[in-house]
Amino acid sequence: MTVLETRELTAFYGDFQALFGITFALEEGETVAIIGANGAGKSTFLKAITGLLPRASAAVRLDGRDIGALPAFEIVKLGVALVPEGRRLFPSLSVEENLLVGAYGRRLDGPWTLATIYRLFPMLRERRNAPSTTLSGGQQQMVAIGRSLMSNPRILLCDELSLGLAPIVIRDIYAALTDIKARGTSVVLVEQDLVHAMSVADRAYCFMEGRVSLTGRPQDLSRDAIHAAYFGL
Amino acid sequence: MILRLDNLTRSFGSLKAVDGVNLEVAQGEALGIIGPNGAGKSTLFNLVTGLLRPEAGSIWFDGRDITRAPPRVRCIAGIGRSFQIPHPFENLTVFENLLVAAIHGRRQREPQVVDACGDILEQTGLIAFANRRAGTLNLLGRKRLELARALAGAPRLLLLDEIAGGLTEAECAELVQLVQDINKSGMTIVWVEHVVHVLVAVVSRLAVLNFGRKIVEGEPRSVMASAEVREIYMGIAA
Repeated sequence: MTVLETRELTAFYGDFQALFGITFALEEGETVAIIGANGAGKSTFLKAITGLLPRASAAVRLDGRDIGALPAFEIVKLGVALVPEGRRLFPSLSVEENLLVGAYGRRLDGPWTLATIYRLFPMLRERRNAPSTTLSGGQQQMVAIGRSLMSNPRILLCDELSLGLAPIVIRDIYAALTDIKARGTSVVLVEQDLVHAMSVADRAYCFMEGRVSLTGRPQDLSRDAIHAAYFGL
Repeated sequence: MILRLDNLTRSFGSLKAVDGVNLEVAQGEALGIIGPNGAGKSTLFNLVTGLLRPEAGSIWFDGRDITRAPPRVRCIAGIGRSFQIPHPFENLTVFENLLVAAIHGRRQREPQVVDACGDILEQTGLIAFANRRAGTLNLLGRKRLELARALAGAPRLLLLDEIAGGLTEAECAELVQLVQDINKSGMTIVWVEHVVHVLVAVVSRLAVLNFGRKIVEGEPRSVMASAEVREIYMGIAA
């Protein structure tokens, strides 16, 4: 069953057009990767879904219902949560306070609580009272993921989880993602790190200049096809 | 060589934004530069135009060492640039915007530059908008004006910073045609661009930056097919 869908989604920054009609579907329980070079519109796509950018009302559907006219805080309540690029933690708050902020509009019928998030990332329990600014990049990313999970989302949108992290930390983060998937959460993964994204994705979309340039299952996409879809060459 | 960068280096704190870059640009050539976000592309332009000072290395323009010259001197010497986010004087007309750029970029008086400004408006497709306020132009118009302002200083080297994004295919094709015509008229161009297929259609040589270093350089299509580019952009070896 399709849980999230966009139809000919467009997005603008002023009169700069960033998305030129993205048609996209996410099935229940599925993990979809969105790949592409910088400037392709990947982050913009997540912002348009979550109501951080204006978009046409019928262009975004959740369970078949138009959510394109809803503001971001209503979309969170419907079970769509974003892990933003660069973590964007609240610097004045502790680890636990950051997590609790994520419980805004929390749905009650999900698996995620402070306790289950601390089980997923034991490191965060140890540092629960530490200011979020004193954490390493990898720990901050864990807080950002945990904060999004606190709303018990059905759909988790992740923007560049691996950005700026050491390979060993990226491995830990992706291991956690496997646990999150196992709880039935549907995941959209925006990544420049192709290897990791493809290792967990059921399907992938490649974006180029605000358009879908390639889509398919990772095992069906050759490197040459991906290369062509990245650069239009 | 109209432009030569020798071991150019600039850090921000502990981050080496441009790290020992050597680059040569021949008179009349069109060179493309690509690289992921944070690769050092804009810093490189800011070093060449003098908005930033390098902590090591030198910049040679037309046989002169301009490493320590202020931006104004480099502009008058013949280095023009466009900015990724155009900031025209919105309350001046398109023509007046060009006049300002020409008077200061050529160190001449208004009567001496009026004709040249008219020619540039014609060349960049803005003649019908000459008396419009710059703030009323659409995106393609603002990009044309950004190019026109860079040309108004009569540069011999034109640096273009990300001009192709956000346009429809038809608009993009128009802009590319314009850049191609400017290059054919003899102008040397160094062009930083994310829209790779557009860039490759115009430039004769391509350099790739990553973490401040020049990784690979050469014929555009073979550079794009190289293992280095696949590694940088897709995290996979060819």
